[in-house]
Amino acid sequence: MKKANDQPKQNDLPKSLTGIQGLDEITGGGLPKGRPTLICGNAGCGKTLLAMEFLVRGATQYNEPGVFMAFEETEKELTANVASLGFDLDKLTAKKMLLLEHIHIERSEIEETGEYDLEGLLIRINLAIDSIGAKRLVLDTIESLFGGLPNTLILRAELRRLFRFLKEKGVTVIITGERGDEMLTRQGLEEYVSDCVIMLDHRVTEQTSTRRLRVVKYRGSAHGTNEYPFLIDETGFSVLPVTSVGLNHSVTTDRISSGIPRLDTMLSGKGYYRGSSVLVSGTAGTGKSSLAAHFAFAACKRGERVLYFALEESPQQIIRNMRSIGIDNEQWVKNGLMKFHSNRPTFIGLESYLTLMHKVINEFKPEVVIIDPISSFIVGTNDFEAKSMIMRMVDFLKMNTITGFFTSLTGANSELEHTQINISSLIDTWMILRDIEIGGERNRGLHILKSRGMAHSNQIREYILTDNGAELLDVYVGPDGVLTGSARISKEAQEYSEQLSRQQETERKKLALERKRKAMVAKISELQEEFEAESIETLNMIYLEEERNKAFLLQQRDMAMSRKADTD
Amino acid sequence: MSASKKNTKINDNQEITSLPDLENWVLRLYVAGQSPKALLAFKNLKIICEEQLNGRYQIEVIDLLLNPQLGRDDQILAIPTLVRKLPEPVKKIIGDLSNTERVLIGLDLLPRFK
Repeated sequence: MKKANDQPKQNDLPKSLTGIQGLDEITGGGLPKGRPTLICGNAGCGKTLLAMEFLVRGATQYNEPGVFMAFEETEKELTANVASLGFDLDKLTAKKMLLLEHIHIERSEIEETGEYDLEGLLIRINLAIDSIGAKRLVLDTIESLFGGLPNTLILRAELRRLFRFLKEKGVTVIITGERGDEMLTRQGLEEYVSDCVIMLDHRVTEQTSTRRLRVVKYRGSAHGTNEYPFLIDETGFSVLPVTSVGLNHSVTTDRISSGIPRLDTMLSGKGYYRGSSVLVSGTAGTGKSSLAAHFAFAACKRGERVLYFALEESPQQIIRNMRSIGIDNEQWVKNGLMKFHSNRPTFIGLESYLTLMHKVINEFKPEVVIIDPISSFIVGTNDFEAKSMIMRMVDFLKMNTITGFFTSLTGANSELEHTQINISSLIDTWMILRDIEIGGERNRGLHILKSRGMAHSNQIREYILTDNGAELLDVYVGPDGVLTGSARISKEAQEYSEQLSRQQETERKKLALERKRKAMVAKISELQEEFEAESIETLNMIYLEEERNKAFLLQQRDMAMSRKADTD
Repeated sequence: MSASKKNTKINDNQEITSLPDLENWVLRLYVAGQSPKALLAFKNLKIICEEQLNGRYQIEVIDLLLNPQLGRDDQILAIPTLVRKLPEPVKKIIGDLSNTERVLIGLDLLPRFK
């Protein structure tokens, strides 16, 4: 039943902000102001909660009082039901920002005799609106009237009158309706609500339930037409895309150690930023959990509290396994600094798990939260919800300056730099652990893909798990490429022996030289000796000759004397 | 013959004096203004009460346009609505009461007079 005068102006359709995360983005500013919006969906898909949040946000954020007409639940039941979302209806009621009114209708108590109208209902709604000056109204769910009043002809005419009346009144209305088999609602309520229809859905795929929201129709306004997953958690409804949530958190320049000195060096010497989100991804068995355990140990050693969400292993198993590489985290569990939380998220559904995580984090107030691994949030094809969930988790942690450390399993065949959940944009520091297969063995390599706000190393390091924890070593980079493990060791040995033999050669040459020098010296002394011997002999000879000459002269003189020679 | 604008007691002259050997009836008719439906309902109600209850009844007419808050307690949606407050249990009959047989069934009076 679309009437021509229902057509709003295209340009300035006034909208009423819902205050519900993500919904205002999809609808481009909220629900049509002063008009009715139909929210339909199966039982248990969150219609009542969405409607209630619309009122509560209106009252608390936009100063618009609201009336909730409940046809199915009493005031007390409603208050109790939404208390789990953190809505304190009693307080709002006391402040006259909210009015809950239960409309009781019971088929067995009513006898129909002749003509009637629903003026009584209109008077009640009118009274409720006027008593607190309400700008928002919820009718949950008006379909109950069809069960209580048998004459649908009268009822339909009266409903049309009711909606005309509400439009004149200028209140923004949400009507909820159960989804019908062929129509959007069982009683065809969409007939009366021509402005905006939102459909909620609650599906179970691969044993995991997911909730989705779709804007079926929004007259006079552009809107997102996809199905958007949504979560219901302690802070209420949230629909993806959550583009603007929590991007105004404060940041610190405080740095904390990763627990591995060499890794800190790679992260420009100081480790991660406090309150940042760290992701370690890698294939199976590359030591992701070990890296997490190191970080946890280091945090506890600093006296910080660590909350460890183990999604695939029991706490005992993790502690035992980490002890094998020399990390004793049990002491921290005993003195209360570390807390494990083991649970498979797929058992209770993503949004319930998110709620649970929020609750545990709020109770324990940790400085570090480890989620190992985030890839187990994905079951089947719920990537999108999983992403939305992790996005909310990351935002939540950042808002509270909690350092988040996540591990993610990369499938054997997928690209390394592609997490199963496309969350890389949410992550500040992303390290990749990879297998390097050389020489018939598998070795682990680690490199930093990105680390926002610091000059990190671009090197691949070999990552070794020893009895004393993880160690990072330089890989062998040479003419034969990158070598790790025993290939690296044998290459290094080879290089060592080459070096050694070169050294020996030098040594040998040195010795030879020395020997030559010694030979030379020996020769010199021999010659000297020879020379000396010869010179002694010669001198001797000279002496003897002189002596002989002397003797000769003496003899001659004696002779002359004896001959009486006169020559002298 | 008029539906009163205020809560009005009609024909209750024997209400106090008569001993409750039979139930004392308290009926409440909710209307919204003096619409034709309201007037018709009141007229029909008078006739039925006179015929069936022999004076042991009391009718209150409540105009919700004047006293809208009164509709809450009895959970009034349809107009006109006749509420049987006494004898218990509370019964509700909606409409202009033109179908006498259904009114009598609604008031638990029919089986008695069959």
